[in-house]
Amino acid sequence: MEVASDPGNLRNVRHVVLVMSGKGGVGKSTITTELALALQHAGKKVGVLDVDLCGPSIPRMLGMANQHVHQCDAGWVPVYAGSQQTLALMSVGFLLEDPDEAIVWRGPRKTALIGQFVSDVVWGELDVLLVDTPPGTSDEHLAVLEKLGKHRVDGAVLVTTPQAVSTGDVRREITFCKKTGVKILGIVENMSGFVCPHCSECTSIFSKGGGEELAKLTGSVFLGSVPLDPLLSASMEEGRDFLQAFPESATYTALQAVAETLLHALDH
Amino acid sequence: MGPASFPVLRYSGFMTPFVARLDCPGSTSEKAGTSAACEGCPNQSVCASGAPKAPDPAIEGIRLKMASVKHKILVLSGKGGVGKSTFSANLAHALASDGTKEVAVLDVDICGPSIPKIMGLEGEQVHQSGSGWSPVYVEDNLAVMSVGFLLGSPDDAVIWRGPKKNGMIKQFLRDVDWGELDYLIVDTPPGTSDEHLSVVQYLSGAGIDGAVIITTPQEVSLQDVRKEIRFCQKVKLPIIGVVENMSGFVCPKCKNTSQIFPPTTGGAQRMCEDLSLPLLGQVPLDPRIGRNCDQGKSFLNEVPESPASMTYRTIIQTQKYCIIITPEVLLLCIQTTLSGLHLRH
Repeated sequence: MEVASDPGNLRNVRHVVLVMSGKGGVGKSTITTELALALQHAGKKVGVLDVDLCGPSIPRMLGMANQHVHQCDAGWVPVYAGSQQTLALMSVGFLLEDPDEAIVWRGPRKTALIGQFVSDVVWGELDVLLVDTPPGTSDEHLAVLEKLGKHRVDGAVLVTTPQAVSTGDVRREITFCKKTGVKILGIVENMSGFVCPHCSECTSIFSKGGGEELAKLTGSVFLGSVPLDPLLSASMEEGRDFLQAFPESATYTALQAVAETLLHALDH
Repeated sequence: MGPASFPVLRYSGFMTPFVARLDCPGSTSEKAGTSAACEGCPNQSVCASGAPKAPDPAIEGIRLKMASVKHKILVLSGKGGVGKSTFSANLAHALASDGTKEVAVLDVDICGPSIPKIMGLEGEQVHQSGSGWSPVYVEDNLAVMSVGFLLGSPDDAVIWRGPKKNGMIKQFLRDVDWGELDYLIVDTPPGTSDEHLSVVQYLSGAGIDGAVIITTPQEVSLQDVRKEIRFCQKVKLPIIGVVENMSGFVCPKCKNTSQIFPPTTGGAQRMCEDLSLPLLGQVPLDPRIGRNCDQGKSFLNEVPESPASMTYRTIIQTQKYCIIITPEVLLLCIQTTLSGLHLRH
């Protein structure tokens, strides 16, 4: 219905989901990556837009580091994972000649680039566009909402780790969502308990249950807990498809459940 | 502002417009707004007008204010959630354990202030006096300032763009009544953006001793941390050294070590070798560190004598690249940081 007012290149994008957290290093990019892969395996066409300009992690996590963005008449062509062209990615990481180069930019320049990402990337037909954000509630977050248009965003998945220091920052992100009118699609608790591979003892390194508690407290949907799993962190390092590699693990079940709940929420 | 404002190298087929932009001459340069790199930049007209060329008068005010602060240390990391605030808080506690030293922590993470919680100061408020804003005191000789003290509720979000964050940082440096200090530790948010540039610029007159860089062992973290190191080089900020946090986990039951965040590219050790930086130490993942942070207690004060810490003691495990020492290694790291600092003077 709002199609007419959409920026041209987002015309055929059905759903837009933001992945956010007030806190850094809780696994926003990991969850974004795994959600993208899970949705792709479920037969969906998925796009990932990485708006973490100072610390882009997604290219490595999807095994797409050192790729380049090409220009066509309609705009910038995102980088596709594999030959099927069902998982597309755009990240500032693709625009740097030297991967160690720092993007030392203040807000206005970050906002301008995000605007270009939104208007100029030729996403084509997508079922879901996942937007991975940096920590905080500042320029990048406001820019995404401003440039995409609030009506275009289905909602946000919030990622937290269980400890209070993290849920405290996520509470602020919830306030951000409320103030800006972004629907909260659910909360994921990441790094929830570590099962020792040697003796199977589960240790709650970053405490436990904080995400679920936060969901209850704020009346949000709890999408599930994802354990601390060295196989998952190793997959992120190597850019390997964790879901394909370890379908028997508890982490797989947890991630899959998060993706299914999210899909259900989007379709209803 | 149309998308066409960024130049695109069409002829190559590859798009590298931002590489040119990284050559930004800086707003105070003679070439500001007129160099080739300025073409198409959203700030070009502002730079070209000459307005930003005059240094902010606040820099001089801050220099005068900071004349009574002996050492200024930044705690940085490109990556979030690696333990910057935990390290800052513990460094401050360690320094303040010497009762003759005056220590302060300034939290410039405006959107995600963790220091109040970690230092057990949630719900505290800042008072105003004739000589400025009074910081909150944890001990007689340990003062803290954070935007967290200015919020009405823990749910309050600071939804600010860069300029407002910069204004707040300026006020923290200029208007807080810090008094005579031996050490001011500045805890920063992740990234290389407004907060970082502002702290460095505002303290450019007063001088910063250097930065301690925090990372975790995996490449996903190191790739961001290398960018932060590049940032330090660009703004000519000395690096005191690197601390690797969350470096291995020793199961409390079977005592076996797991690499939860595997150092697939050699961890901080390899990075420090490659970049010729001192590795100050490696701190293992210890559930008690996180718990103490949640409860606002000092890990160093709470844990050293506890029987539980005995189990961790002197586990020196030489894995491929990663040497895991004791949880008290945090204290060691901090001491190394300090001796490094003293060497510099």
